Amino acid sequence: MGYLSTHKITKLFRIRGGVHPHDCKTLSANQAIEDLPMPALLHIPLQQHIGAAAKPAVQRGDHVLKGQLLANSQGMISAPVHAPTSGRVVGVGHYPAHHASGLSVHTITLQPDGKDEWIALNPPADPFTLDPAEIATRVAAAGIVGLGGATFPSAVKLNLRNRYKLHTLVINGAECEPYLTCDDRLMREYSANTIDGIRIMAYALGVENIVIGIENNKPEAQAAMREAATAFPNIQVVGLPMRYPMGSEKHLVQTLTGKETPARGLTADIGIVVHNPATALAVRDALREGKPLVSRVMTVSGGAIHKPRNLRVLLGTKVQDVIDYCEGFNVEPTRLISGGPMMGNVLPDTRVPTVKGCNGILALTTKEVSENQESPCIRCASCVQACPCGLLPLEMAANARAGNLDAVTKLGLMDCIACGSCSYVCPAHIPLVQYFNYAKGELANRQRAKHKQDETKRLIEQRAARMEALERAKKEMMERRKREAAAKKAAAAAKQAQEANA
Amino acid sequence: MSMISSPHTHSGKSVQLTMLWVMLALAPATVFGLYLFGWPAISLFLITVLSCLLAEAIALKIMGKPIGKYLFDGSAILTGWLLAMSLPPSAPWWIGVLGAFLAIIVGKQVFGGIGQNLFNPAMVARVALLISFPLEMTTWVTADGVSGATPLGHIRTETGQGHTLSSLADSLPSVSDMGLGMIGGSMGETSAVLLLLGGLFLLWKHIITWHIPVSMIGTLLLLAGIMHAISPEVYPGMEVHLLAGATLLGAFFIATDLVTSPVSPTGQLVFGAGCGLLVYVIRTWAGYPEGMAFAVLLMNALTPLIDHYFRPRIYGRDRKGEPLNYASEEGK
Ligand code: SF4
Ligand code: SF4
Repeated sequence: MGYLSTHKITKLFRIRGGVHPHDCKTLSANQAIEDLPMPALLHIPLQQHIGAAAKPAVQRGDHVLKGQLLANSQGMISAPVHAPTSGRVVGVGHYPAHHASGLSVHTITLQPDGKDEWIALNPPADPFTLDPAEIATRVAAAGIVGLGGATFPSAVKLNLRNRYKLHTLVINGAECEPYLTCDDRLMREYSANTIDGIRIMAYALGVENIVIGIENNKPEAQAAMREAATAFPNIQVVGLPMRYPMGSEKHLVQTLTGKETPARGLTADIGIVVHNPATALAVRDALREGKPLVSRVMTVSGGAIHKPRNLRVLLGTKVQDVIDYCEGFNVEPTRLISGGPMMGNVLPDTRVPTVKGCNGILALTTKEVSENQESPCIRCASCVQACPCGLLPLEMAANARAGNLDAVTKLGLMDCIACGSCSYVCPAHIPLVQYFNYAKGELANRQRAKHKQDETKRLIEQRAARMEALERAKKEMMERRKREAAAKKAAAAAKQAQEANA
Repeated sequence: MSMISSPHTHSGKSVQLTMLWVMLALAPATVFGLYLFGWPAISLFLITVLSCLLAEAIALKIMGKPIGKYLFDGSAILTGWLLAMSLPPSAPWWIGVLGAFLAIIVGKQVFGGIGQNLFNPAMVARVALLISFPLEMTTWVTADGVSGATPLGHIRTETGQGHTLSSLADSLPSVSDMGLGMIGGSMGETSAVLLLLGGLFLLWKHIITWHIPVSMIGTLLLLAGIMHAISPEVYPGMEVHLLAGATLLGAFFIATDLVTSPVSPTGQLVFGAGCGLLVYVIRTWAGYPEGMAFAVLLMNALTPLIDHYFRPRIYGRDRKGEPLNYASEEGK
């Protein structure tokens, strides 16, 4: 089958472009993962994943146990939500989202009772005897989504074996975003369990070959994972060069295989599925202990955080609680971010809850953000050199600014992975990614509008067709009746004539 | 558009810093040139640079742009600097002033200011001056104060009159003199070694990439080598083309001008090759032995076209822009 299934990776391939941001990981890399103490209230949004929001399965006033289903997944691409601890549902309503807009979204509010009492768990005796499809089903039921930040429902990815010829599972331990150290800590401290989860995933995918890629700035994690994988010759731990965006799925696969994922395709097109180590650990907990996803590990860091830490946080914990545990701010942060500084999103304030996709909370100072006034492009081509996707950011931005959506699309807007490398290097401080996001949004709006228009047109046409059919049917019926009446008349006349003749 | 987008960190690069590095790279050759040609050169240099600043300030004022933001972004100073380096050191002061205004107003601001100009402003001014004031612009002095032609000019005139190169040997400077800069020429284009050093510095600092200098010098030398091999008595060899004239200044500092050169690596290779070819053709067969400015301006005019036709290949797509298709590849 693939070149990977037969031999080990002995050489790495270069990706185009990329940048080397200051990794700032020493702030938190040596902090072991700690459990955040139980917060007073949890606000659990119903949509913490890509896809349809979950539908509430509890009511206000209900008492729930830890791990109990709070909301059901809806449709093919969705994920359920579970109670992060035992307690009482004090609200099924709205609460500010974990999003720059801070808009209110469907949220269940839970008041912990302090007992942290698990619901009855029924893990399978041995996941490796289950049908692979059953593993995916259990992963779906556990509400597991891509914990690297993408939050795509993991079960959907585990089911790719049905549609693609797969040969390798790649574990993305690059963690190329500055500041973030949660995957690093996880791989160091829970290496055996992570490897276990990885093996379960490979089993579900029906692939033999496993490659774990870890950037070379994490030698301890590399060593721990190698150690934990010694018993399994099909697992290879590969040290990756430090270059942002190494953690972009498609670029990681390119580094390992030299092959590019076709545009608009998936890595599965070249036989590879990529998962994150934290997701693997969650899969292990679901399949070995029967536990759904109710917490996650995140890095709390940045120059404005007093004591940067790696914390295991119950989903729905307010960002403020997390920051309080890190002894608050040194200085008022210029920007509060969920995720890494290269691709993370701004948070409106510290009231918002933590969610499944949040791998970091960063409070950055003015110096770290190094915001600056935008000036005209000097065509220095730094952005062109930095782009890992072979795009021309300067031209895309110029066209986006001018409102030429067609031109931007032609230049490859939809091939842009929003990695931010271009904005990072631009000497004119042009917020290139902001222009691209804007253009992508406009494009989506336009498509939605067009879709709606098409839909309306289709409905009108359908209606017209229906009316016409109705008309026709009516006419036909009338004609038939007429014919029948005429025939009857004729028959009657004939009968009369016959009778008369007789 | 008001929402703040990622990334939330920055490399710390800035326009000012970029210009500063270029100036730093130019400094050794400049200081050497000023030392070599003395006071007239120093005053011409200062007059040209200050006039550029003045012209920029006036233009910004007229167009209602924030003077504070743009005046000291370094681009006007750099334009003046490059222009001064390409003028004959003995040129009268008003040449510097006129050149500065031509460069900034005609070469840059009428296009809309920084980043918008199609042509290299310093070269626009140089060519305009050369055409309008041929006498002032072609009177060169060597470092010891003797006036005379540049080596290339000399060769062009003499071979044009049917003299062979070997008969000129005595009247031409030695290769080491040309390399070190002890020859006639404009202020900054004389010391090949120091210019090369500055160029390497720019490469090291990632201000420019190797594509334009390498393809430009490569093309120029290739042509010189071939023509010299064919007819050594008429066409000077590679070393003359490499070390004389504005070759190195042009390849590292003028053709690589960020605003007016293509942005993609392939585009830059094409652009550099075009510059090299034109420089050779103009030096050898046209009336201007110092053909760098013309060559660069001609290629500047082609930059938009080159940018359009030589785009990088997009990730996951073939050269034509279609998504990669491994299935059909395997089928072959
Ligand atoms: S990096 Fe910025 S200034 Fe340079 S070409 Fe790109 S957009 Fe223009
Ligand atoms: S954000 Fe888009 S255009 Fe910019 S470097 Fe990344 S992929 Fe290229």
